[in-house]
Amino acid sequence: MNGYHQRTPLEGEVRIPSGCAISGIISRSGKRFSGREAISSIAVMHDRSNGLGGGFAGYGIYPEYADFYALHVFYYSSEAKRSCEDFLEEHFDLINLSKIPTTKHHAITDEPLIWRYFVTPLPTKLASSQLDENEYTARCVIKINREIDGAYVFSSGKNMGVFKAVGYPEDVGEFYRLDDYEGYSWTVHGRYPTNTPGWWGGAHPFSLLDYSVVHNGEISSYDANRRFIEMFGYSCTLMTDTEVITYMIDYLHRKQGLSFEEVANVIAAPFWSTIERKSQEEKEVCTYLRNTFASMLITGPFSIILGFSGGLMALNDRLKLRSLVAAEKDDRVYLASEEAAIRVICPEPDRLWYPSGGKPVIVTLEGQQGGQDGHQLPVSGL
Amino acid sequence: MGINYLYPDFEVVRNQDRCISCRVCERQCANEVHSFDEATGRMKADESKCVNCHRCVSLCPTRALKIVKTDHTFKENANWKGEVIQDIYRQAESGGVLLASMGTPKDYPVYWDKMLVNASQVTNPSIDPLREPMETRTYLGQKESVIKRDANGKIITKTAPQLKLEIPIMFSAMSYGSISYNAHKSLALAAQELGIYYNTGEGGLHEDFYQYGKNTIVQVASGRFGVHPGYLNAGAAIEIKMGQGAKPGIGGHLPGSKIGEDISKTRMIPLHSDAISPAPHHDIYSIEDLRQLVFALKEATAYTKPIIVKVAAVHNISAIASGIARSGADIIAIDGFRGGTGAAPARTRDNVGIPIELALASVDERLRQEGIRGNVSLVVGGSIRSSSDVLKAIALGADAVYVATSALIALGCHLCRTCHSGKCNWGIATQNPELVKRLNPEVGSERLVNLITAWNHELKEMMGGMGINSIEALRGNRLMLRGIGLHETELNILGIKHAGA
Ligand code: SF4
Ligand code: SF4
Repeated sequence: MNGYHQRTPLEGEVRIPSGCAISGIISRSGKRFSGREAISSIAVMHDRSNGLGGGFAGYGIYPEYADFYALHVFYYSSEAKRSCEDFLEEHFDLINLSKIPTTKHHAITDEPLIWRYFVTPLPTKLASSQLDENEYTARCVIKINREIDGAYVFSSGKNMGVFKAVGYPEDVGEFYRLDDYEGYSWTVHGRYPTNTPGWWGGAHPFSLLDYSVVHNGEISSYDANRRFIEMFGYSCTLMTDTEVITYMIDYLHRKQGLSFEEVANVIAAPFWSTIERKSQEEKEVCTYLRNTFASMLITGPFSIILGFSGGLMALNDRLKLRSLVAAEKDDRVYLASEEAAIRVICPEPDRLWYPSGGKPVIVTLEGQQGGQDGHQLPVSGL
Repeated sequence: MGINYLYPDFEVVRNQDRCISCRVCERQCANEVHSFDEATGRMKADESKCVNCHRCVSLCPTRALKIVKTDHTFKENANWKGEVIQDIYRQAESGGVLLASMGTPKDYPVYWDKMLVNASQVTNPSIDPLREPMETRTYLGQKESVIKRDANGKIITKTAPQLKLEIPIMFSAMSYGSISYNAHKSLALAAQELGIYYNTGEGGLHEDFYQYGKNTIVQVASGRFGVHPGYLNAGAAIEIKMGQGAKPGIGGHLPGSKIGEDISKTRMIPLHSDAISPAPHHDIYSIEDLRQLVFALKEATAYTKPIIVKVAAVHNISAIASGIARSGADIIAIDGFRGGTGAAPARTRDNVGIPIELALASVDERLRQEGIRGNVSLVVGGSIRSSSDVLKAIALGADAVYVATSALIALGCHLCRTCHSGKCNWGIATQNPELVKRLNPEVGSERLVNLITAWNHELKEMMGGMGINSIEALRGNRLMLRGIGLHETELNILGIKHAGA
């Protein structure tokens, strides 16, 4: 297939389980801070990665372009760049475009061309598509990734961006000069895949629109989830857990309008025996969600941090087969695979706890509604 | 007149040193194989009547009996085998259709046996079902495609009617008539205890069994035997039988000799009249007609019961299933060609239809391609023989399975394949009161409960091995299967990779 990769098989041609490290930081008051803390946090967990992928997502980093979709794209040939730009011109107003600034780093090699576009859907095209702008943009992104060989859109949200590469995450952070960006929340991922495809697109976070997911685990429900979500126009070309989890969250939250709490009740649904013990009303809702979206239940070990506009959600599998720690200090909330990754940037948290399996920790900016129901507490699921 | 000498298939071997002439075998054999020879004071056997049902062997107190295959043979011929020649003799003599029962004994590929199951190692832990929750509860029925909320933003939790199964296994249709009262009662009792469902088949529901309605699926077949408003409302779901795996394209025939008082009442037909269900439903000649019947039944039950449409697995099954999924039906049941029957023309049983594994794989895939898999649940049957067959069926995409032959074997059936004679020595496929009472429904239901419980344990064990702790995460999870010794085409249809890949 693609003629641009160095090693085969690539992500998407085989399914590659990986172990990993994840970390996330958010300022609930919306104070912006650089990517440095995320770099320091993930560096502590060096041994949980093996240099085959690292990446970051920052939210609130493009305030001057907050109303435009920021597309981050890898190109493996100038031809791919040309076709992708033709496609973009055809479907969007290009407000600004540039190379994403990087620094040469000895541990980061074989880099593709990395470009950034701030875009907005062409009004006429959007109207004739009869879609809302999110769906329109999502479909365009999926189409580019599926159809243009050598072009890969790895970030497509508003006022947020994903930065990822093959390498250790702390090196990836230096490479992308994340000291120069300021956001109100950051997530980061260090990857330990069990074989070596070494493709930049395969690094994490995986992102669609403003959702980004970092994930540690190997889900045993993968193919059940994949075959179900693909009914709704998604195509899981990377064959990774993170990809399918992101699509499921996009479907449940954006398309079905579920709150993040409700999303957690689908993908990490409580056991029937737990549902049985709930109040009548909760029981009905949980049973309904679990039955209606049965094929979106995720089994097997996972811990994820979901980034979205205005917040973060951390979630463990129902048995808590992967570590996940949360901490709080002043207006900051920290989430990570290991306590040490929090203490290195926040030595004395006000509170530190281990969220239980299947119970989401949802953190939203103050004064912002976290989910559809609008009753989200700033921190829930303790 | 030709001389059609048919040498008996079996020999009854009696160890005379052991035989005490207690005459148990004589009393037990409805086929009258055994008799006592006053002259010699010894037991003798007419093996031409033997069907090899093992009743005498099982009850002989001194283990004096065994049944062996005869070694009498025709001159060897790979093409004109003995059974082929004998069938021709039989038909030359009778001029009739050859009858047979139970599933086909022919040597077709069994794809269940050519698929292997995955397990977790290192990257992902297996889960111990003895220590952690392991869930097999399944809901069958249409799933909502859009979440609706009330004025306060609360999710409206009303759904289309659902069947709740604690174990994804149900007893499939066997009519009262084709099997006995006691067999039906065993199934009903077991379904109730297991939290699953049994199926009336096309013969109506005996009044004694209305009390098990919560665990009953009532069937509506082309003969409409025993169908009335009370019947439709008695069960938890209604199944429209369009076809049966063992005999796709043809109807059913219960001979008048089996239509005694009780059965005539239950079926609502005259005493001793043949019960013939037509090949098609005469009000369904096309898919839109099916839709009308689906909705007629929904109207008759005030939209409180899921409607199942049962079809035989035939060549274009995925297109048919896609049509059914758009007909308003809640559940599609597909019956593979190895499925059992109380009586069917042998040629139909042995040559018509396709294996359930392939039918299931292509239907599930097709419904997903069309984005309508959520419209219906899929139940498959047609020779599910063990918990690993169940597991593989679910991994291919089934929501639940139907079992019948396995259930009968648990009740004592020895697969002699002569159900159509009505002389089942195990009290299952018979209406002879002397034979029926050999099957004790309390014991029968206990054995059924044991079997399904054992299968569920095994299912959980294997799921745990794969790191899956809920059945829904297994459903359609084809990455958990690998083919062994299969060709590319077969792998493509099954949607799985070959072992090692
Ligand atoms: S049951 Fe056994 S012991 Fe009794 S008569 Fe028959 S063969 Fe002999
Ligand atoms: S049900 Fe009875 S007659 Fe039919 S195969 Fe089984 S043992 Fe033989």
